[in-house]
Amino acid sequence: MEIPYTVDERPDTGVYNAKLGVWLFLASEVMLFGGLFSAYVFLRLGADVGAFHEWGQELNIPLATLNTMILISSSMTMVMSWVSLKMNDFKKYKLYMALTLLCALCFLVIKYLEYSAKIHHHIYPSTNTFYAIYFTLTGLHGLHIIGGMIVLFYLWGPGSNMWNSKPEQFTNRIEIVGLYWHFVDLVWIFLFPILYLL
Amino acid sequence: MNAHSHHEESFFRKYIWSTDHKIIGLQYGITALFFLMVGFFLMMVMRWQLAYPETPIPFVGSFFGEDGILLPEIYNSLGAMHGTIMIFLGVVPLAVGAFGNYLVPLQIGAPDMAFPKLNAASYWSYFVGGVIMMSSFFSEEGAARSGWTSYPPLADIEVGQTIWLIGMVFLITSSLLGSMNIITTIVQLRAPGLTWSRLPFFVWTQLVTSFLLVLAFPPLEAAAVLQLMDRVAGTSFFLPSGLVISGEALAVSGGGSPLLWQHLFWFLAHPEVYVLILPAMGIVSEVIVNNTRKPLWGYNSLVYSVIFLGFMSFVVWAHHMFLTGMGTAMSSFFQITTMIISIPSVIILSALFITLWGASIRFNTPMLFALAFLPMFGIGGLTGLPLGIAASDIYLHDTYYVIGHFHYVVAPGTIFALFAGIYFWYPKITGRKMNERLGQLHFWPSLLFMNGIFMPMFIQGLAGVSRRLWDGGLEYAHAAGVLQWNEFMSVSAWLLGVSQIPFIINVFYSLKGGEKVDNNPWESTTLEWVAPSPPLPHVNFETLPEVHREAYEYSVPGRKRDFTPQTEPKKG
Repeated sequence: MEIPYTVDERPDTGVYNAKLGVWLFLASEVMLFGGLFSAYVFLRLGADVGAFHEWGQELNIPLATLNTMILISSSMTMVMSWVSLKMNDFKKYKLYMALTLLCALCFLVIKYLEYSAKIHHHIYPSTNTFYAIYFTLTGLHGLHIIGGMIVLFYLWGPGSNMWNSKPEQFTNRIEIVGLYWHFVDLVWIFLFPILYLL
Repeated sequence: MNAHSHHEESFFRKYIWSTDHKIIGLQYGITALFFLMVGFFLMMVMRWQLAYPETPIPFVGSFFGEDGILLPEIYNSLGAMHGTIMIFLGVVPLAVGAFGNYLVPLQIGAPDMAFPKLNAASYWSYFVGGVIMMSSFFSEEGAARSGWTSYPPLADIEVGQTIWLIGMVFLITSSLLGSMNIITTIVQLRAPGLTWSRLPFFVWTQLVTSFLLVLAFPPLEAAAVLQLMDRVAGTSFFLPSGLVISGEALAVSGGGSPLLWQHLFWFLAHPEVYVLILPAMGIVSEVIVNNTRKPLWGYNSLVYSVIFLGFMSFVVWAHHMFLTGMGTAMSSFFQITTMIISIPSVIILSALFITLWGASIRFNTPMLFALAFLPMFGIGGLTGLPLGIAASDIYLHDTYYVIGHFHYVVAPGTIFALFAGIYFWYPKITGRKMNERLGQLHFWPSLLFMNGIFMPMFIQGLAGVSRRLWDGGLEYAHAAGVLQWNEFMSVSAWLLGVSQIPFIINVFYSLKGGEKVDNNPWESTTLEWVAPSPPLPHVNFETLPEVHREAYEYSVPGRKRDFTPQTEPKKG
């Protein structure tokens, strides 16, 4: 007896199992980052007026803006790769997935440059509460990018054989990993203004 | 239909890295029972020191101090780890990991959980978390000693905490995987005809519990990450400016807030209380409804109550923080929400009491435990009200009264319910009933000694005895009149330990010596009793069941039998 609704939608709920699963996972991720964002608010309110803004002056806004653009582009290529599968174009899928991975890599390289510039100026997580939450939030976000990249790489390379045997299930996989990827993108869209601009 | 699933599996695939929800449920159950014993043992050692301060502990003393006398810092470790082990490694894995895993797919007529591999990963993540927690006892620094609540700044600077935090990350991951799985299973894999209003109440409680785990645990994970950063990377999330320790200013940037931890921690830990109690309520309902042979009274109000409880449990957390000076407006808000959340609990308890009304009750062992749950949880719940009101909480905070209160909820409350569940579903798991006489020998002493331990705590707490004292309060004049209770409580605790021996014997003896039973020994209506005992590996049912009725059609007038299974088609 197979487990039902692994591929097809259950008629009365309108989703297949993994899609509901990933939404629940993302709900928990919202609570994780929500907890950290509220920590940010708590610490900012506790610091002297304007202290967070002043400490944040050291951050490199142009680089972060570039990174924001890169991440948004990666979300677009992610959708394109899924759409390509829906349209039965496996070659295009490979291309768009590779572009997504490339964007993610660029993001990490730029993040690395930013981090090393901070450390070069002797700014560490222990410097003050702003950099404590800056390094924690961006670090955790970076880990989410790396985790996502591992999965994306698998689905681009060895895992893509599934396209030949179970195309529908493979397309579903790309859809749910895409949902995760957009979420990670969305977290950055919140991180960018509160850390760099405010 | 299931011929292909009967191929032989290797021992490793069958019992170690199994993806069968029943095996994983049993793995959870056995591991959790082991940890319950460990947590109980730690407490028995602590109770020696409280009953006979600064006398050598018999038999095991050499582990806890040079001349057999329990060292104060080890006492603190035992306290912190008792709480951690009992909650995160014992009761929750037993209630959700074991019972949820084993029963939810059976009760909804599914062949397995929605994500069998994640299920296995969930168990092994729990296992690794448990090993890390236990290993901290043998590390150079020793186990965590800042209480299970890990309040900073103490937890930021005290030894042993880092391993605790790493262990917690694994345990949180495990809960997350498990609860996502349970929700998806309930939503997606219900058998044909099993509509929401036909779900057994136990499944409802597991659904709400899983939502609490999915949404409440991540903020603790966030808090754990921040505390780990404080300890490892030298940040000051929870360290205020100008902190002085042993006469020396701490070399950190400061600017953080210890209250931040408390908010994040209790945002998890209050819903966690409901994670501990809701599955227990589900189990008790199943046992009571079966042994009263009556429909569950007020099924709809029970379901709405449990959903409302789940929702409200997210907005009461700061009633643990009345003494932090967060202000009267905040206190009033959380006081009101706390009073509101007691209403659905009372509805649930009342509905269960009313179910008993006029029934010809079968007093077997599972029913005895379920019946004992009602007044014991009642005492635990009602003694919580004075703690939810800021004015009286100021007096009672951090006294033994608090310990008495939440232990009444969890020990003779939840743990009794879990025992009821073990006795009740043991025939489904093994195909044999547990021995009734040994069961009674387990129940009556347990009930007596549970009260022997926890009732005097209210007396001590009302006298103002603090909950965290290594010597139990010898130095305090206000404690002098009530300390004689310590010996009584400790002896009760050890005898409670002895009372568990019949249970352990019973579990093993009944595997071979118990009375053999068919599919449905208790003449129950729900789907798990349609499956063979034990259910078939990986597929559970011979044919996928179809549901035609509500969950509890007992003693319907005019029918031949006093129960009608959910699978029985309606006539015409």
